[in-house]
Amino acid sequence: MADKKMALIATKGTLDWAYPPFILASTAAALGYDVEIFFTFYGLQLLKKNLNLKVSPLGNPGMPMPMAMDKWFPVLGTALPGMESVMTMMMKQKMKSKGVASVEELRSLSLEAGVRMIGCQMTVDLFDFKPNDFIDGVTFGGASTFMGFAGDSDVSLFV
Amino acid sequence: MSNFDQELDARGLNCPLPILRAKKALNDLTGGQVLRIIATDPGSVKDFQAFAKQTGNELLESGETDGEFTFLIKKAG
Repeated sequence: MADKKMALIATKGTLDWAYPPFILASTAAALGYDVEIFFTFYGLQLLKKNLNLKVSPLGNPGMPMPMAMDKWFPVLGTALPGMESVMTMMMKQKMKSKGVASVEELRSLSLEAGVRMIGCQMTVDLFDFKPNDFIDGVTFGGASTFMGFAGDSDVSLFV
Repeated sequence: MSNFDQELDARGLNCPLPILRAKKALNDLTGGQVLRIIATDPGSVKDFQAFAKQTGNELLESGETDGEFTFLIKKAG
């Protein structure tokens, strides 16, 4: 079991999409996998020291809304200013009430379990991010760095 | 109920926390010792089976009473 490897690519920077990579990474590490995650484009938001992740009902018809709002609330209403913050707050409350870990918690559990996190250097340059914006323990590299690990991994997923 | 060496209360926690906490607790045990876990996440039943299968730690018992799931896992020696 010690030899199994999982390679993930995390490309999304919203609260909801932060969960799959960190849940899979922390769990795989607990099962004995050697895990590496490559964070690229909006996925790099998941490595920021201060996470300010949001979830948006805009353009997301699959998102269940409180009070069955998705049934009667006009789609255009999801574009109203403040909707994103309200939905993010409600989502966080719901997660807490259901015993779902926070993204911060899953991220630190992943790091603790030895998951390696690689930030895409090109994205850092593209968006003028500062090295100081990111948590400790992140290394930076490119596609070749990812392939170096993914090439002989047992599980490889693009999230 | 069989004997156990340590107990983990994972009630109210959702996936994947019961597994992650159990893994941590097992790290503190020595081979052959038994961890008892109490959880309320219905998904944990399948998850602990899969965990045991993949890690080599043996799932000795798995049961449910009043919406609470209990597991006995023996750490691989």
